[in-house]
Amino acid sequence: MKAPVAVFAIGNRSRGDDAAAPALLDRLQAWLASEGPRQDFELFEAYQLQPEDALDLAGRRVALFIDASRAVNAGVAFREEAPRAGLAATHALAPAALLDLYGKLGLGPPPPAFVMEIGASRFELGEGLSREAEAALERAWPLLCGLASAARPEAWRALAGGEGSQVPADRVAPVAAPRSPR
Amino acid sequence: MTYALETAERPETLRRVAIDPVSRVEGHGKVTILLDDASKVHQVRLHVVEFRGFERFIQGRPYWEVPVMVQRLCGICPVSHHLAASKAMDAIVGATRLTPTAEKVRRLMHYGQILQSHALHFFHLCSPDLLFGFASEAGRRNIVGVAQAHPETARRGVLLRRFGQEVIRVTAGKRIHGTGSVPGGVNKAVTPAEREELLKDIYAIVGWCRDAVRMVKELHGQDPALYNSFGVFRSNMMSLVGADGGLDFYDGRLRARDDTGKILFDGVDYRDYRRFIREEVKPWSYMKFPFLAELGAEKGWYKVGPLARVQNCDHIRTPLAEAERREFVDYAGGSPIHAPLAYHWTRMIEMLHAAETIKDLLHDDDILGDDLLASGERGREGIGVVEAPRGTLIHHYRVDDDDLVTLCNLIVSTTHNNQAMNEAIRHVAKRYLSGREITEGLLNHIEVAIRAFDPCLSCATHALGQMALEVSLVDAEGREVDRLARHGDGGVLRGGGA
Repeated sequence: MKAPVAVFAIGNRSRGDDAAAPALLDRLQAWLASEGPRQDFELFEAYQLQPEDALDLAGRRVALFIDASRAVNAGVAFREEAPRAGLAATHALAPAALLDLYGKLGLGPPPPAFVMEIGASRFELGEGLSREAEAALERAWPLLCGLASAARPEAWRALAGGEGSQVPADRVAPVAAPRSPR
Repeated sequence: MTYALETAERPETLRRVAIDPVSRVEGHGKVTILLDDASKVHQVRLHVVEFRGFERFIQGRPYWEVPVMVQRLCGICPVSHHLAASKAMDAIVGATRLTPTAEKVRRLMHYGQILQSHALHFFHLCSPDLLFGFASEAGRRNIVGVAQAHPETARRGVLLRRFGQEVIRVTAGKRIHGTGSVPGGVNKAVTPAEREELLKDIYAIVGWCRDAVRMVKELHGQDPALYNSFGVFRSNMMSLVGADGGLDFYDGRLRARDDTGKILFDGVDYRDYRRFIREEVKPWSYMKFPFLAELGAEKGWYKVGPLARVQNCDHIRTPLAEAERREFVDYAGGSPIHAPLAYHWTRMIEMLHAAETIKDLLHDDDILGDDLLASGERGREGIGVVEAPRGTLIHHYRVDDDDLVTLCNLIVSTTHNNQAMNEAIRHVAKRYLSGREITEGLLNHIEVAIRAFDPCLSCATHALGQMALEVSLVDAEGREVDRLARHGDGGVLRGGGA
């Protein structure tokens, strides 16, 4: 039986702010292990999305992609994602392209999917998180906990904004009940 | 030593076209083509232009870290580096013979690697060219384009790769960059539950692999003139073969044949590789040019990988793949096939063999055992060789009394095929580009030839790949006269120039 929620953390832990999503995934994993609905979640970590990751979307109630992004300066953006054609690349797929591929592979309509972008600026090999990314991570964590506490598409849609739009602090705070396990 | 079309006599008088970077190929490769005013080709080179120095920074690291570290050479076949390094480090810990569980779990991991990598190579990276045409719309030449036009083919490609990745996850702990193999053995066996999960799918996987061989045979049959002649050149071939002369990806002895199929050497202990293989350096590439020592640089270069392996071995142990091997050998009437596009045919035969072998190993209770490690008298030097998806992979280390690596030498599959790939693209450039207006589709012919051998230059280039392709046409004074740019989304723009 598949867990109803799939969370993909995209990034390379060795490349500066690209480690933001894996770091957030670590927190989520620890929180789920201690006080969250662990059985409802399956967590994936990837350097980049590959065509095979479409198979991990099958049978889910909802999916979340977390990634570092230069487009979101020191903040957090959260939006619903739709399948989009024409974004195909060989080495890595954007979430929208993965959702598009899902349909083309004959798997039916993909599950509702959302993207959380963590503000990032530096991606050099061997570097740690920048201060800006650390700050963005702290803002992302309560939002993620809120999402994990109410992992339903309709609840997530209520928090989602448009592409690149940051999630205001006052929309994050009310769902920031769980404490960080760090 | 230089070859035809390797170095033009008066390069300053020629126009230069560069494919930089080569796309749908991991790692940073570049092709430069020099043309005269009549667009006749005078020089073609596949360059590896970046250097990461893996062999250098491995030095000083503890030997037990190495099987994990070296996987960072590659995201497509990290398991091959993981296992070649592990085999080398077996000698350091004195494990002259692994336990049956360790040997079979490593084999299972490696054959899972061959399966996933061959599926990726053929379905994801090369099938768009073969199904749509080399000069078809660039934005369509990717796995999503295949999924649009041939959904079942794409679906099987994706599922085949995922199955191979699952075999790796079960044996190595992760789909990419696992840690299952350690000096002297493995750190985990397969659990009964993991075996049952994999057994559920393996019969369908074997069936799909048979269909994949059928598909590539049909492609050859539809256009034999193209498939038999595209980029063709003759060369020596080298690979490991098993103790019984059979195809073996994990272990064996080195065998080389000349271009007629005559054996040049056989039964060579791979620890003696330096007696049989030399490497030449050229100033225009960071990738070395290996050759067979007894023949010298001019005549001793060779090719490795599926086309070499399937023709170098005496037989394949598994019945379905063996039947396909015989049909392949019969196709050319008994003489070796050298056509680069035949790499795909042999690649699919190997993928079938990998699936059959995984099935056999999953039925072997030894993979469930708990005797995981062997050890013995401490050694100072270790050499590990496997057949990686693209060909023979050599890892060689020396370790001091403090357990730190003092020497690291890697000869990777891509490097073995360096001269062969250069030959292939020279033939293609001469046949398809000479005297014609350069278009993206024509340049893709060059890339098709490279991809037939290898979709991944990263272990040889030591640099991360990029997706965009930019081709600039520069006149003898260095002025850009034309430019084609292909972006990551497949869109092509023409512009720039004087």
